[in-house]
Amino acid sequence: MKAQTVPPNTMQRLRRNIGKALHHGDRIWQWLTIGAGIGVALLLLGIGWMLWRDSADARSAFGLGFLAPTADASWNPVLDKFEAWPFIYGTLITSAVALLLAIPISVGIGIFLAELCPSWLRLPLGWMLELLAAIPSVVFGLWGIFVFLPEVVEPLGTFLAGTLGLLPGIGALFAGPIPASGASRLAAALILTIMIVPTISAVTRDVFLAIPRSQREAAYALGATEWETISQVLVPYGLSGVLGAVILGLGRALGETMAVTMVIGNSIGGAVSLLRPGYTMSSIIANEFAEAVSRLHSQALIEIGFLLFIVTLLVNMAARFLVWRVARRTPQEGRA
Amino acid sequence: MTNTASSTHFIRARRGYTRRRTANAVMLVLTGLTTALALIPLFWIIGYVVYQGGQYLTPAFFTELPTPPGTEGGGVWNAIQGTILLVILAGLFALPPGLLAAFYAAYYPNTPLGIAVRFSTDVLAGVPSIVIGLFLYALVVVVQGHFSGLAGGIALAILMLPTIIRTTEEMLKLVPPSLREASLALGAPEWKTSLQVVLPAAGNGLITGFLLGLARASGETAPLLFTALGNEWFDFRSLIRSGLESGMNPLEILVRIIEQPVDSLPLTLWKYAQQPYPERIHQAWAAALVLMAFVLAVNIFARLWILFRARRMKG
Repeated sequence: MKAQTVPPNTMQRLRRNIGKALHHGDRIWQWLTIGAGIGVALLLLGIGWMLWRDSADARSAFGLGFLAPTADASWNPVLDKFEAWPFIYGTLITSAVALLLAIPISVGIGIFLAELCPSWLRLPLGWMLELLAAIPSVVFGLWGIFVFLPEVVEPLGTFLAGTLGLLPGIGALFAGPIPASGASRLAAALILTIMIVPTISAVTRDVFLAIPRSQREAAYALGATEWETISQVLVPYGLSGVLGAVILGLGRALGETMAVTMVIGNSIGGAVSLLRPGYTMSSIIANEFAEAVSRLHSQALIEIGFLLFIVTLLVNMAARFLVWRVARRTPQEGRA
Repeated sequence: MTNTASSTHFIRARRGYTRRRTANAVMLVLTGLTTALALIPLFWIIGYVVYQGGQYLTPAFFTELPTPPGTEGGGVWNAIQGTILLVILAGLFALPPGLLAAFYAAYYPNTPLGIAVRFSTDVLAGVPSIVIGLFLYALVVVVQGHFSGLAGGIALAILMLPTIIRTTEEMLKLVPPSLREASLALGAPEWKTSLQVVLPAAGNGLITGFLLGLARASGETAPLLFTALGNEWFDFRSLIRSGLESGMNPLEILVRIIEQPVDSLPLTLWKYAQQPYPERIHQAWAAALVLMAFVLAVNIFARLWILFRARRMKG
């Protein structure tokens, strides 16, 4: 016990005490993981709050009339008069048509992949669908402008204007003429269909794969054909999951920006027709936000963004809830 | 079957059976056809982009800065550098919080925070990318007073976050608990166990998840429109050279690089596709080919890798 050994001892003791207090670094680790978790959870709130705060002037200037349906909406950066209805309508109609077209196709794919296709084909087909989902949106847009619009949409639009367009009532939705370039709400809806089919069909396939084998065996034992088993047993069983998949696709359609902006024609016309150019909520933001000069103009765009955020948030929450409920109901039995 | 009543019944039942069989066959063929229908655009797009892009892909495309619109030649070297910068920034910003949050979600899945993390990750994956762009505009661009690669990088990081958290969480759950328990039993602290035992064991899966996230981020345009904005003169070499000439230290040069507005391949593609100059359209096709080839290659590679690992694990 010499006096000189005292300083190292206190150092060691100090280090040990710090180590103990921090559980040898585990305290810090715990704080870091919890902090990251809280950060991720708060991110959504942060996004919502920022957009809400930054659209305050637009909200107080235009009130609810900003969102109200009008036949001749004005979007005038010079007079600072803004109404969002043309964009809301464009988003709703393109998403609705895309969903109508995508549901039968995707449910068919989901059924085919989960129930019918040979097992060696299941994986490559699933991959191809995922590749379709992975192609960047701008590439869809470029292909849309130069290939899909002239070769598919324009002839189809002309045909629809000459047939459905002549009917009373729904004819208004198909009133022509479609622009020679093919750029129209119909084009946007068709591109959206292509883009959301992979999403919906992948989730539908997973929902069908999660249905217990006993359900199928019971139906076959009663003498049902494959299709009867699928349509009368499996579809009702997995219905909420399929609905979840569809809503997930809706969420993607509502928020899709680049491809839609490139093919929809970007025009604030009053017409309701699918065959006319239009605008969506996301495409007006994409086109004008970087160049918005007046405060109200950019705030009006942020308000549209806020609306888009809230709607997709609700849609995604609903979808997750539905898919999660199916996944939760089935694990006990499993599929041998 | 001697009496007539039961024989008509038999015939009717047979007829019903034929109808049911026909309906069965028709519907089964239809589901197969829907699958084929959905895959037509995939091959159409890939084929056409390869055909068009292949014609206009030149060495200059990769190495030269853009020439003025309407003139021949030039490339998108600025956008390639910008994409690399943005993707690196996105990875740096997304990886640490993503990994940490995934550790929490994987080991405490049923605590309130664990549920909140998993739920908000799922919901965040569905937030439109253009909304993320608006958020970063308010958060970074307005505060800094100018568009920058930094803002674009953070926007892409937020888009990558769900992919990273979800794959990491899945991969961490696949690591046998015995491995973790053995390390803890030897007295290693939790953080050392997590970083030096569990993480390497899950490593390959994490890398594929990270790559998939990067691929998604590298193809995004919407969040960059009013964050990174675009910059036809962006060039690492000239930025570094002028920085060195004015006597800046490396850190200052780095800050200057990430404070510049930058271009990226998808951003360039989007701008060029709307211009009336054929040369620019040609470059847009070439950009589409490069972008698509990169994204698809990463996707295929990642999936093959996962498949290979799953096979090997099953033994």
